Amino acid sequence: MTKTVTDVICPFCGTLCDDLEVVVSDDGKKLLEVYNACVIGTEKFLHSQSKDRVTRPRLHQPDGTWKDISYDEAAEYTAQMLAKAKKPLMYGWSSTNCEAQSVGNEIAEISRACCDNTAAVCHGTTLIAVQDIGIPSCTLGEVKNRADRIIFWGCNPAHAHPRHMSRYSIFPRGFFTAKGQMSRKMVVVDPRVTDTAKMADVHLQVEQGRDYELLNALRVALNNEWLPDVVAGITKEKIREVADIMKSGRFGIIFFGMGVTQSLSKNHNIDEAIALTKHLNEFTKFSIMPMRGHYNVTGSGEVFAWQFGFPYSVDLSRGFARYNPGDTSSIDLLVRGEVDAMFTIGSDPGAHFPISAVKHIAKLPSVCIDPHLTPTSGVSKLHVPVAFNGVETGGNCYRMDNVPIDCRKVVEPPEGMLTDEQFLIKVRDRVRQLKGAA
Amino acid sequence: MAAINLNLISGRSIQQGVAIEGGKEKPAYRTAAGIIELDPTDLKRLGAWKNTNVKVTSPHGSVIVKAMETSQGPHPGIGFIPMGPWANSIVDPNTYSTGMPTFKGTPVTVEVSINEPVLLGIELVQKLCGVK
Repeated sequence: MTKTVTDVICPFCGTLCDDLEVVVSDDGKKLLEVYNACVIGTEKFLHSQSKDRVTRPRLHQPDGTWKDISYDEAAEYTAQMLAKAKKPLMYGWSSTNCEAQSVGNEIAEISRACCDNTAAVCHGTTLIAVQDIGIPSCTLGEVKNRADRIIFWGCNPAHAHPRHMSRYSIFPRGFFTAKGQMSRKMVVVDPRVTDTAKMADVHLQVEQGRDYELLNALRVALNNEWLPDVVAGITKEKIREVADIMKSGRFGIIFFGMGVTQSLSKNHNIDEAIALTKHLNEFTKFSIMPMRGHYNVTGSGEVFAWQFGFPYSVDLSRGFARYNPGDTSSIDLLVRGEVDAMFTIGSDPGAHFPISAVKHIAKLPSVCIDPHLTPTSGVSKLHVPVAFNGVETGGNCYRMDNVPIDCRKVVEPPEGMLTDEQFLIKVRDRVRQLKGAA
Repeated sequence: MAAINLNLISGRSIQQGVAIEGGKEKPAYRTAAGIIELDPTDLKRLGAWKNTNVKVTSPHGSVIVKAMETSQGPHPGIGFIPMGPWANSIVDPNTYSTGMPTFKGTPVTVEVSINEPVLLGIELVQKLCGVK
């Protein structure tokens, strides 16, 4: 016999879909089927059941082989590494729950670490822009029920947030959007004709890296002022058409992604996007929202901000929290060779940092806490596999619109495996002893 | 053979998303992310068939990937490598004091390199870091 668990939360992207159904064996030990999830979410649930999964911590030996060790030994190794280091970097946090993040912050405080989450390579520049000029935002529920103008700027939800459009932004029939897709105008701004762009009413194929100019030109068009014939590869007629579409809606939203955060101008692109949103509010109601990637990167920012006052790139090496992206941010710290130990959890900098930063990770004493085998685990001295958060353990997570949602446990982890939080508590208690902290 | 200059961007693709959740040690990850998507006109300028191994070089490094015809084009002059260790071997690490590397907009040169293999993800990072 099998049983079906309903209303399961998907721990993949920031959309944090909460309508999955998962079929598990009667004893709750095997996960058999996943319904309603996108192809990526399904793969995440099913991969937890793979036969070749690593289930015990492994220490990299000088000859290149791996030696299995116990969780207690792994916690001792990690605690010793953090206690000895003058300036360790504790990076990741976006694929684990807020409870584990909070324990991690205690460890960081005792060991005077630099702490950072994956916003460093994702929406870090958005956070800088929000601190610069604020953000008029809303929840995804409001988008579903009210939004009739949807702008996807430098993001490709068809690939990166596969159910975003069907659950919230384009297709659902909401209270004031009863005709679903027919009630909405969709504009996509992207240098490629992405699968999202193919669905749009208007696609602006902007010249790569010229987003700031185009955002600024839209503000000029809102004021009916003079425009050059072409801005960022887009004709002035097209710019005026899009400005009119935006103005004529009752409720609009700009969703933006890596196209603006990672291109040159970075936080200033987002400054301008937020300024455009503010400007649009002179004509109608408009909001703006970052398309957050990892399912709990938003939660990590919340926990950092709650406990340290800053959402990422926090440096505790002086005994109090400092924040100065460019100085206290992971990639800059690594490339300048300023940290002397690397602790990674719930992310994969080995795959997603520029290689010049990864080369420094490989030289340092390092621990990687991750259920998967990854390039980071491949260059770390210790790999600690843990239970899949959101599949084998629950915990609090934040959706991209800052709505907290509790993830659910659907199956038991393999016997003897710890969760992130359980392992971190062991490390925290040992670091406390070593540092003589209260 | 001709070498062509392109503007490189990296980012998510759904195939890459499935592959990272399926296991980054597996060949499927290489199939999904060890590629460069080119516009058909750029493939023609390069003088390469589809699915040819190419060497992509930037001021920050070089990497071997498989050249594919883009499914999300046309985008002449732009090359797209899905996010992952292949793209990150060559992207611009400069953060300009924001903490964010310049993952989009790295000038690169692409040339045919038919005899060199595309490495697996973990293997590539280990090799570049001198771990294995």
